[in-house]
Amino acid sequence: MLVKALSGEQLAERLEQALPDSVKDKGRDEVWVEPSRIAEVARFLKEDEALDFQYLNSVSAVDFIEYFAMVYHLTSLNQRHTAIVKARVYGREGLVVPSVYQIWRGADFQEREIWDLMGIRFEGHPNMKRIMLWEGFVGHPLRKDFL
Amino acid sequence: MPIRTEPMTVNVGPQHPSTHGVFRLRITFDGEEILEVEPVLGYLHRGSEKLAEERNYVQVVTLTDRLDYTSSMINNQAYCLAVEKLLGVEPPRRAKFLRTLVAELQRIASHLVAVGFFIQELGAFGTPLMYAFRSRERILDLFEMLCGARITVSFMRPGGVFADAPPDFWPALTQFMHDFAIEFGEFEQLLLENEILLARTRGVSPLPPELAINCSVSGPVLRASGVNWDWRKMDPYDAYDRVEFDVPVGSHWDNYDRFWVRMQEVRQSMRIIDQCVEQLEPGPVRLADLPLVIRPQAGAEAYGRVEASKGELGFYLVSDGGIAPYRCKIRSPSLINLTVTEHLLVGWKLADMIVSLGSVDINMGEVDR
Repeated sequence: MLVKALSGEQLAERLEQALPDSVKDKGRDEVWVEPSRIAEVARFLKEDEALDFQYLNSVSAVDFIEYFAMVYHLTSLNQRHTAIVKARVYGREGLVVPSVYQIWRGADFQEREIWDLMGIRFEGHPNMKRIMLWEGFVGHPLRKDFL
Repeated sequence: MPIRTEPMTVNVGPQHPSTHGVFRLRITFDGEEILEVEPVLGYLHRGSEKLAEERNYVQVVTLTDRLDYTSSMINNQAYCLAVEKLLGVEPPRRAKFLRTLVAELQRIASHLVAVGFFIQELGAFGTPLMYAFRSRERILDLFEMLCGARITVSFMRPGGVFADAPPDFWPALTQFMHDFAIEFGEFEQLLLENEILLARTRGVSPLPPELAINCSVSGPVLRASGVNWDWRKMDPYDAYDRVEFDVPVGSHWDNYDRFWVRMQEVRQSMRIIDQCVEQLEPGPVRLADLPLVIRPQAGAEAYGRVEASKGELGFYLVSDGGIAPYRCKIRSPSLINLTVTEHLLVGWKLADMIVSLGSVDINMGEVDR
């Protein structure tokens, strides 16, 4: 049996049922959620038996200048499906998003990397410090305004 | 009467030969026993993701060679698949088989390096490593025939491969496959049931499957933990849906299983190569209508992934309609597999530390990017 991708529609429906008001928007392949509720959404996605997303493939951040997009690629090894969950984080300074470290340990280094290179802090991460660059480095190099 | 000892903090690396590159572990020991581990990385950080934003889609291929430099072909493949997904195109049939073939040759080369160094770190200095490198060298010679480079190959392009294999490549490949079957047989005979190897690795640093999944571990390390998960099977790309192979899975989750899974995967790769050669048909190797300067649709995005030699290698590309990727995030298996270092090392002895780290098979080019 091959892996299939869940559509934004399917995900939004499930999330809307279980966690009202957590969904902001939906696309063809992805669902956009409220950034402050990422950890809550993540826990539901992992613990719900039908969704069963125990595996976090990757966490990415994209700088769209107007906002940052947090992108979570997920896989369920038992159900054999994948999903993409995104969140828009507005602003440039003092950005904080709940960490999913307690749900998926695999987010550990990736969240630290996003803090280091993109400048988004993760609340609830036990070791939130720079990973690639040294402490004291000024700025976050993957941002579009870093030259 | 027990002797009172003070815990001692030691830096292993970044210039330590057995850390597979410039990797540093800050370890607190109680005598021989490891109490605390903190991985310190970033010594080889070149900002590949930022550099990719300054190059056009074809030029980025050269950056991918420099990620995990022991499996450049597979990195090329992952990136090209992501770009093809972004554009919604598929390479010609011959290109798919050529890519699968070289990716499997590269997997053999990478696993030989991993296994060779693993044995070296157990204290078998030199000999097994030279056995492994003897065969790897010939794979690199084959790559040289294909594209003129041995490590930084840049053989693949979005929409196919750079050029078809030269006519002398095929007899050289046949000769290699014949010799390698014998050489690898020797290697297996020497190592697989070696008593010293078993005594040193059986039962050491087991990684339970639940933890492996929770830590997003992938590749041979995940399969050694008893999880049957291989992207080549689960989401077949290129020609993997046209070839038959088995996925070896470990049962003890320990250092020996991680070594054993790699040895078995080499055998499976040989099967895949033979099937690719059988099924190859003449034809174009690159999409003719794809321009050199690619401009995907604005707002398009794609996550292309492959089962690389170290695990799931993914490229998350976002386009703004320009000639360069707006964002090129690299999901590197080596970095994420390091999440379990603490679990693998704490409570074990100094002598097992280097071996357990070797069993994860990290590559710093890919960890730091």
